[in-house]
Amino acid sequence: MSIEVRALSKAFDGHPVLRDVTLNVPEGELVALLGPSGCGKTTLLRIIAGLEVPDAGEVCHAGEEVSARTARERNVGVVFQHYALFRHMTVADNVAFALRVRRRPQAEMAARVGELLGLVQLQDFGLRFPHQLSGGQRQRVALARALANSPRILLLDEPFGALDARVRQELRRWLRRLHDELHVTSVFVTHDQEEAFEVSDRVVLMNAGRIEQVGTPAQVFEEPASPFVMRFLGAVNVFHGRVEGGRARVHDLEFAVPGAADRSRANVYVRPHEIEIHRSAAPGSLSAKVERLVPLGAAIRVELSLRGLGGGAVEAEIDLHKGEALKLVPGEVVHLSLRRVRVFPAREGEQDSLTASGL
Amino acid sequence: MTGPLESALPAGHRGARAPAAASARSPVTAPSRSRLRRAIEDPPVVRWALAALAVLFLAAFVLVPAAVVVVEALRGGLALWWKALADPDALAAIRLTLLVAAISVPLNALFGLAAAWSITRFRYRGKDALVSLIDLPFGVSPVISGMVIVLLFGAHGWFGSWLAERGLRVVFAVPGIAIATLFVTFPFVARELIPFMQAQGTEEEEAALVMGASGWQILRRVTLPNVKWSLFYGVILCNARAMGEFGAVSVVSGHIRGATNTIPLHVEILYSEYAFQAAFAVASLLFVLALVTLVAKKGLELRQASARRETIRQSTRSDL
Repeated sequence: MSIEVRALSKAFDGHPVLRDVTLNVPEGELVALLGPSGCGKTTLLRIIAGLEVPDAGEVCHAGEEVSARTARERNVGVVFQHYALFRHMTVADNVAFALRVRRRPQAEMAARVGELLGLVQLQDFGLRFPHQLSGGQRQRVALARALANSPRILLLDEPFGALDARVRQELRRWLRRLHDELHVTSVFVTHDQEEAFEVSDRVVLMNAGRIEQVGTPAQVFEEPASPFVMRFLGAVNVFHGRVEGGRARVHDLEFAVPGAADRSRANVYVRPHEIEIHRSAAPGSLSAKVERLVPLGAAIRVELSLRGLGGGAVEAEIDLHKGEALKLVPGEVVHLSLRRVRVFPAREGEQDSLTASGL
Repeated sequence: MTGPLESALPAGHRGARAPAAASARSPVTAPSRSRLRRAIEDPPVVRWALAALAVLFLAAFVLVPAAVVVVEALRGGLALWWKALADPDALAAIRLTLLVAAISVPLNALFGLAAAWSITRFRYRGKDALVSLIDLPFGVSPVISGMVIVLLFGAHGWFGSWLAERGLRVVFAVPGIAIATLFVTFPFVARELIPFMQAQGTEEEEAALVMGASGWQILRRVTLPNVKWSLFYGVILCNARAMGEFGAVSVVSGHIRGATNTIPLHVEILYSEYAFQAAFAVASLLFVLALVTLVAKKGLELRQASARRETIRQSTRSDL
């Protein structure tokens, strides 16, 4: 079942949480709502589920407006961040809950519970109580329970947030496989970029109650639509420039800024792995001093300070073997060429948070 | 399942005891450990003084009075004690006390549950004011509460003539006593449930809702089973107060022997008539009620603590 959200707005006690949000999730897709905490992603999920009422806008399930329907009538499966298992019920009773409240026959319930526990690989755990399970097992029970009434929409709120790193990784892969089997339209909320990229078909990036960009993981990473997306997805270096004749000037380098007014400011963003380090100067390169070398396993992070430009800090990430070939030593001067840059006109008020974040 | 568990437990105990035994045998570790303890604890004098103070205080204000009640009640022997209780007026007082508790405790359990549900499950304006209002009976002298009821429902009160026309008696009758008790005891259940339900959060109820449960099903299958021990705890405290309330009930009762006397009022009347032995005999009933309440309260606390321990034990076991 597809989900359409149109012009949704919501405020809590006068603080806007969602501002004019529009989103389409086609049938069978697994979409991640990704953003920092407080960006409105959980509220959006809860409105889709019917657990919150929007101030304006509409929500459609399969093209049908559902605003008038309560959460009870929407038949969506929801997996909550802290599992929300019924602690006084066994695992089997938890999973059977949706069928029990619909007064389904006992035999049907038993069969469905067995099937679902098999699906989440907890066949032998039906008689346990939630407190007798590990975090990962509880989350799987929560998922089985959410699927019990065969919902055509599955919503997951930070499903792996409360688990430790190793279990989280396992569950991610497992969730992806499960989705490939069931093809139920799914939306899951996360603040973890890696998680969103690994599990989802498409990523919806949210910031301050707005959707910044929607796209496949490769799209949003390679072609970020805004400075926020650029900053949020991984480390980034920022150079501040001034626009003259449609080009931003940073030191003696020039970058095209389509559509920017003369004398306005523009920011040039470069990812650390898109910086190359050379021993000799080349056209368009910046000279910098090596400050520190941080081994990261397969790569080396090189922390540098620019010569000129007020000695701004720059981070580069290079392959281990390339780093070994260069034999870098802290204190020496090298030349940086920027393999790929993205230029955005600077918006008022944004520049401060960028510089403050130290990226 | 029990097999590995049983074999695992003694092993755990052995493991826990072994280091203690070792340190007792070696004279080197013992003094260094006590020196360590001294560095982070108060000197023994302070500890003893504080403990003695607490014990003295308890003895002076709880143990001695309690002993006096028991001793005085039984001074004339069990037969006299029984005679005081079997007196028709005493029996009437006991019956009335039970009746008033039977009216006010269930109503306040209902009110407490509704108030706690509304306060912890919904967002609305004026909630803080509502929470403060629930505490009102704690802050108002019970005598004032009783007087308000007289002013409202008495012969010259606001609703007095309306009630009189219909031949209804509230003040100096059972309804007045029940209303006074209701007012004085209504915070107990709500006060017990609100923090508990706040700590539990609303996720389980929301989960039940999206799975298609109706409000009634959520209450019966999710909320009530979750809060039952807290609710029971609140009911016990509420009951103790309902049976022991004196001030408010004293104002509205009229002290009509055999008709509007509750146990505490009856004790007071007997005492003012110099029937000390009988007064203490009836008072010993309230003392027993206090003991029962205390034991039930302690039992519930132990039960909750062991449930928590069980959770911790089992969760660590499932991780292994």
